Amino acid sequence: MTAPVAPDVLARAVGATRRYGDVVALVDVSLDVPAGQLLGLLGPNGAGKSTLLQLLCGLRRPTSGRVELFGRAPTDPVARTGLGVTPQESGLPPTLRVGEVVDVVAGHYPDPVPTPEVLDRFGLADLRRRQTGGLSGGQKRRLAVALAFVGRPRLVLLDEPTTGLDVDARHDLWDAVREYHAAGGTVVLTSHYLEEVQALAERVVVVDGGRVLVDGSLEEVRSAVPSRRVRLHAPHVPDLGRALVSRSTHEGDVHELWTTDADALVRRLVRDDVAFTGLEVASPSLEEAFLAVTATGGAAPARSAAGGSTTSTPSAAGAGAHAQEVLR
Amino acid sequence: MSTLHPTRPPAGRGSTEGRGVLRLSWLHTRSLFVETVRVPIAVVGTVVFPALTLLFFVVPQPFAQDPAQATAAAAQISLFAVVSVCLFTYGVGVAEDRALPYDSYLRTLPVGAAPRLAGRVLNGLGFALVALVPVVVLATLLTAATLPASRLLLTGGALALAALPMLGLGLAIGYGLPTKAALAVAQLLLLPLAFGGGLFLPPETFPSWLDALSTWLPTRAGRDLVVSAATGVDLPVTALPVLAGWVLLTAALAVLAYRRDEGRRFR
Repeated sequence: MTAPVAPDVLARAVGATRRYGDVVALVDVSLDVPAGQLLGLLGPNGAGKSTLLQLLCGLRRPTSGRVELFGRAPTDPVARTGLGVTPQESGLPPTLRVGEVVDVVAGHYPDPVPTPEVLDRFGLADLRRRQTGGLSGGQKRRLAVALAFVGRPRLVLLDEPTTGLDVDARHDLWDAVREYHAAGGTVVLTSHYLEEVQALAERVVVVDGGRVLVDGSLEEVRSAVPSRRVRLHAPHVPDLGRALVSRSTHEGDVHELWTTDADALVRRLVRDDVAFTGLEVASPSLEEAFLAVTATGGAAPARSAAGGSTTSTPSAAGAGAHAQEVLR
Repeated sequence: MSTLHPTRPPAGRGSTEGRGVLRLSWLHTRSLFVETVRVPIAVVGTVVFPALTLLFFVVPQPFAQDPAQATAAAAQISLFAVVSVCLFTYGVGVAEDRALPYDSYLRTLPVGAAPRLAGRVLNGLGFALVALVPVVVLATLLTAATLPASRLLLTGGALALAALPMLGLGLAIGYGLPTKAALAVAQLLLLPLAFGGGLFLPPETFPSWLDALSTWLPTRAGRDLVVSAATGVDLPVTALPVLAGWVLLTAALAVLAYRRDEGRRFR
């Protein structure tokens, strides 16, 4: 872990565990969020990302362990003065007008951004008098994200901020996040879109099964996960051991082997006299590498099925097709 | 300077202190009020229901022509209206709101329990008081009930006091239970509390065992207080201590339930 000189830690989890009855959502998670960092939290649905954010913003308490926000318990309202949050669902009171919602939120902070300025920045100026129930999905989403920035927070938690937005709107929001970060703001962002984390985050934390699997810079995460995908046709591929192959799948006679060392793997295949044809070696995108990590990291076999189905979503498939370019 | 930037780390200014409790209470009261009145039918229901109860259950009765009995009956119906607002608006309404993502969002803002509770309380009591206006007017016009101006304020104050334990109970239900359970519990509590407290039939008609039991109910203490304020009959010595005990107990329950609340109990 990189340790800058005495970083000002804005939020921190220390050995945080959270259970819901019998279900353990987070297991002994420790995480520091230093000032000025843009941290991307990745993981499949149900991995524990949202629970972690809910602990950090005081919505839930850890079953054991400790969570701090600006050095205080997040459940202390004073701690949340420097916090900006965007709700995961676009649940705004339908009868309130857009301007009224922003005013209510602004009223909680000592030095909020003036409402017209917020609305203008997020392209909502014309909708100020509209009731939120009458907004389109994308407009609601934009308003929800705008709310996170109203109080000039020092830390913003964005839980899947761009889910359901079209590409243009998503890029607008990325600009907003970059603008805030460039001005010294700290961001923790969860996303379904790896593209998003890849585009924005400096540090990537991969969570699955309630545990932190990988925590490092974008580059470190890339190198920590199997970086090469070897695809080949063969009637049978013997078990080559976890050290060499971190994950393997096959469909008919097409085998996909994930490895950190493609050269060694190919030499081994030749030495073992595996009758393969059509050998391909690819450098996957972070997206694919991440799926490989979560597929091997999750103990339950169901995980790899979930990972497999994620790969088939349009955006993921698109990224996969350009796997080689992405890493270059 | 760009629109989106963090405040500098607090330097002097004492800016880590949240906004004042009073200011935030006003903010939440106003926003809840606006939210509510934009759905007029919800307001109409709350406001008209007690007047209808009076029209159906008091006005046609023979005792409606006896000033003392009619006044007491109108007072009891007023308290019943307040009790049902407390159990349903606070109990079920809060439970419903808690299931909404907006409620979770509000809990991430730098605001504690007090201003949000104050907003709810002021709104509920405000609408309940509005609902009492037609009750007073109809009782005055259609029955022998009288409420001299000198007693109006006293009675209003007595109603507010009598409402306190029911308010605490409602909030405890709302913050402590999921919507469906809250609805069931509110319904289960409303009738026994209203009947046992003498809001439907005056306690004078109770058998002695029920009267003894009734003395310990918050609704009975509240009913005695309100009837005494409206008609001038003596206030039983038990009323105020019983009421105070229930206020403390239900307030503690409500605060406990609010603190334990984490929105919906699943992820």
